[in-house]
Amino acid sequence: MTEATAAPVGVDAATPRRLLGTDGTLLPGAADVVGDPETVRGLYRDMVLARHFDQEAHHLQRQGELGLWLSCRGQEAAQVGSIRALRPDDHVFPSYREHAAALCRGISPSELLAQWRGTAHGGWNPDDHRMHICSLVLSTQLLHATGYALGVAADRRRDATVDEIVMCYFGDGAASQGDANEALNWSAVTGAPVLFFCQNNQWAISTPSVAQSRTPLHVRAEGFGLRSTVVDGNDVLAVHAATAAAAERIRRGGGPEFIEALTYRMAGHSTSDDPGRYRDSGEVDWWAERDPLTRVRRLLDVRGWAGEEFHAALDEEAMALAEGTRIACRALATPPLEDVFRATLVEETAALRAERERFTAWKESFA
Amino acid sequence: MSAASDVAAQTLTLGAALGAGLRQAMAADDSVVLLGEDIGALGGVFRVTDGLQAEFGADRVFDTPLAESGIVGTAIGLALRGYRPVCEIQFDGFIYPAFDQIVSQLAKLRARSGGRLSVPVTIRVPCGGGIGAVEHHSESNEAYFCHTAGLRVVACASPADAHWMIQQAISCDDPVIFYEPKRRYWEKAPVVTGPVPASAPGLDRARLARSGSDVTVIAYGPTVRVALDAATVAESENRSLEVIDLRSLSPLDVDAVTASVCKTGRAVVVHEAPTFAGLGAEIATEITERCFPVLEAPVQRVGGWNTPYPPARTEELYLPDLDRVLDAVDATYRY
Repeated sequence: MTEATAAPVGVDAATPRRLLGTDGTLLPGAADVVGDPETVRGLYRDMVLARHFDQEAHHLQRQGELGLWLSCRGQEAAQVGSIRALRPDDHVFPSYREHAAALCRGISPSELLAQWRGTAHGGWNPDDHRMHICSLVLSTQLLHATGYALGVAADRRRDATVDEIVMCYFGDGAASQGDANEALNWSAVTGAPVLFFCQNNQWAISTPSVAQSRTPLHVRAEGFGLRSTVVDGNDVLAVHAATAAAAERIRRGGGPEFIEALTYRMAGHSTSDDPGRYRDSGEVDWWAERDPLTRVRRLLDVRGWAGEEFHAALDEEAMALAEGTRIACRALATPPLEDVFRATLVEETAALRAERERFTAWKESFA
Repeated sequence: MSAASDVAAQTLTLGAALGAGLRQAMAADDSVVLLGEDIGALGGVFRVTDGLQAEFGADRVFDTPLAESGIVGTAIGLALRGYRPVCEIQFDGFIYPAFDQIVSQLAKLRARSGGRLSVPVTIRVPCGGGIGAVEHHSESNEAYFCHTAGLRVVACASPADAHWMIQQAISCDDPVIFYEPKRRYWEKAPVVTGPVPASAPGLDRARLARSGSDVTVIAYGPTVRVALDAATVAESENRSLEVIDLRSLSPLDVDAVTASVCKTGRAVVVHEAPTFAGLGAEIATEITERCFPVLEAPVQRVGGWNTPYPPARTEELYLPDLDRVLDAVDATYRY
């Protein structure tokens, strides 16, 4: 741990909220907000499982089983800490790299991999997990989250017991899009119960965050009129505490908020990327020393909150998840193209039906 | 129209008939909400939503920030929450900032979710020229949306039909792009207000606007009136034009079109949009595929010229008018 080492350009421009030092020591103020050891062990387990799943998916892509994979390695604390601070019925709108958050919502490896294997666009039912499908066109989901939150607010005016909030994930690159800025403004002016959770992982493919925004993103959000927090995104305890506090304020009618989690995309943008062409290994090393898993492991060790038995069981669980992921991936069958005709509109039109039947007849003419 | 419904009919402009249709839909289903720019206290720049905010409250009829992508994007979120949002895009030429939300999100969410999600959003768009407007206020951009699977695209042409169609669009579980011919907003006709009667054509059906036997003229939105006027003039020249009001642009009621053309053997398609890769090209192809043996002449297209929409003082020369329609009808007799 070398806190004195100069941070890469653009990082730590502000002083982010941090509760857990990279050496595993709890920082001043932590005692007030850090939960019991059980909570810390739970967050650690979620992160370990996510990392194994992510690593397995990466391997599956390299083996040709997936067309593409976008790794969340390094961002586990930002995702686990935030989604675990919500209630299970708080609706979440992800971008496309929120695999750790998705696992926390009970989305299965099979459902998560379908999109990247090319057997579906959206692999799960959003209503089952209170988590929307991925949005690959950047920042479109911020407007969906805002509209959904307006619907929650309208429901609440009709029924005072409705107190869900909405959370929306996006990245530093997406923050440059028009939709993101429309959504921040829109939510602020309407008071929509939505939490915008920005994972600033420093890179939008090859474009660094310093080339995306002159003003730090959490400062920009303040300009729109949102209460805004910047947090060490590799500190799961700080992320959890900041998200829980924001969620509670929003739930009580405090209006939309913004959290910028400073984190790092340890892998390339995707399995098609080559980050060696645009960033130094020294920068990656700097962040590796701040790995979100390692520091919690140190905390658990220092405090004696988890023994060898816990870690052995977790390792076993992680290996089982990885193996289950391999099996689930290979079992994902190619669906019939006819399904797309049926899913284009709520009821298939005569024209779609006729075209589908022409396709089927053509296909079967080769049988 | 039956004698009983004649009693209840009132003369309304197309704009007022739309407003009455919105009122009917909101009264029938409290999940219907209206959003757009200046639609509340002002009642919209064309006053289509006049009085609705006062009647239903600002929770259900609300003015938005001036951001079209935001209007459609938040409407999608509202629909995912269980609402039936009706967006107003103030003018046709202002829809392009929302293009991505319409094409990538609204149209595709059903398919992208494997048929699990539905997004019943209606987008009302005043369309077309003829009112002497400044640039970006007279566009006919329906072809962009007809080309996108997952959307329904419709255009109303008369007050009574507008009253029904807006209700049908709102109750439809698919997203609907709803074109309103802005130069016909002030056209008056008897309208029986209330729920859509069982006898009304479905949202995906064309309507026989005038029976004839010699030439089929296919029009929609603002050009239905042009086609009807042309039919009146043609009658004095002993030519009988059958006018089809398409109503639904996607899906197309191809059966209605080809049934007529197989009877007449001649077809003219009229729309304000430029003809290149426009709806007329699609319709001409369908007619050719299905009516080829009985066609007396190639299908004629009358549309806007393939240029940007011109300055207002020249728009009369750009828009398809009665003479150009009759000229196209004549052309079908030259083969």
